[in-house]
Amino acid sequence: MKKLIDLLPKGKNTQFWNGVRQALPIVLGYIPVGFAYGVLAQKNGLGMFNAVAMSVIVFAGSSQLIGAGLFGAAVSPFTLIFTTFVVNLRHLLMSAALAPKLKGWKKWQIALFGYELTDETFALHTMRMARRAPPKIETFAVNITAQSSWVVGSLLGYLAGGQLTDIRPIGLDFALPAMFIALLVPQIVKPVYLMMALLAAGLSVTLYLLGFSQSHVIVATMVAATIGVGVEQWMKNSPS
Amino acid sequence: MDEKLAFLTICGMGVVTYLPRLLPMLLLSNRSLSPWITRWLNFVPATVLAALLAPGLLCQDGTLSLNLDNSFLLAAIPTFFVAWRFKSFFGTVAAGMGLMALGRYFF
Repeated sequence: MKKLIDLLPKGKNTQFWNGVRQALPIVLGYIPVGFAYGVLAQKNGLGMFNAVAMSVIVFAGSSQLIGAGLFGAAVSPFTLIFTTFVVNLRHLLMSAALAPKLKGWKKWQIALFGYELTDETFALHTMRMARRAPPKIETFAVNITAQSSWVVGSLLGYLAGGQLTDIRPIGLDFALPAMFIALLVPQIVKPVYLMMALLAAGLSVTLYLLGFSQSHVIVATMVAATIGVGVEQWMKNSPS
Repeated sequence: MDEKLAFLTICGMGVVTYLPRLLPMLLLSNRSLSPWITRWLNFVPATVLAALLAPGLLCQDGTLSLNLDNSFLLAAIPTFFVAWRFKSFFGTVAAGMGLMALGRYFF
């Protein structure tokens, strides 16, 4: 990988290709998950144009998988839009969490950047921006690469949809959990983060099993983050 | 639903997805936040990813599934190890999917 980068021209080009390179793990996950979405969209009777348009316009994995199923179930447009809204509301928290890193950005740049904020790009940018402010070209290259792979995966899945009955034998259905694991582990930089991640996991599972299968993520996150701030404060105040 | 209405619906889905992504960063990026809020937001990455991941690993068909039949849970254990030990994104995603494919092939 190092050698490949050395071959590329320097300057802004290098920054762009650095971003592309950083997005590769997401690409590895997005192609198969996008593929799975494409297959599902085809099987639920969406036209090819609309199936791909959803990946361009909505660009949100879990809600697109749910959406494809709902199109198949012939629910009303309102139900589809409302369900998508609830499932994707968690991005509010991610957007707020990245906001302090975007000081000095122009409004149109934020507007473009926010368009491609997903669970995965959020996690990656959190780490990229933790210590320094990376070049914006690199940041946008990450996003563009990620969404392109998502769109390509969707299209391939749609085209293969007629021939395929099951995507499980090749491990594609584990792409999403594997990606979440890869993104979660590096976020655990303090013991209190581990505790709260476990708490959020437990709450999320509990809410999900109780039937809150659309709001479980955002509620679990907010409760665990709030308790986390309390625990952190308590650990600071108590002599150890 | 005809294709035109489906397209308009998708546009609506796009709008309600975009606004929660955009508004917080647009409104908060050039404002200094109280240390409490910042601390709270620092917990978001770890907790939101854990909350997204856990139901997929621990539940199957809407019920808790903590047993050896749960292939996702079994594959997750070595995947976590790879993520922790080798600190490589690409390696972790590849290992996870590869282990799952191998597991299905052999069992």
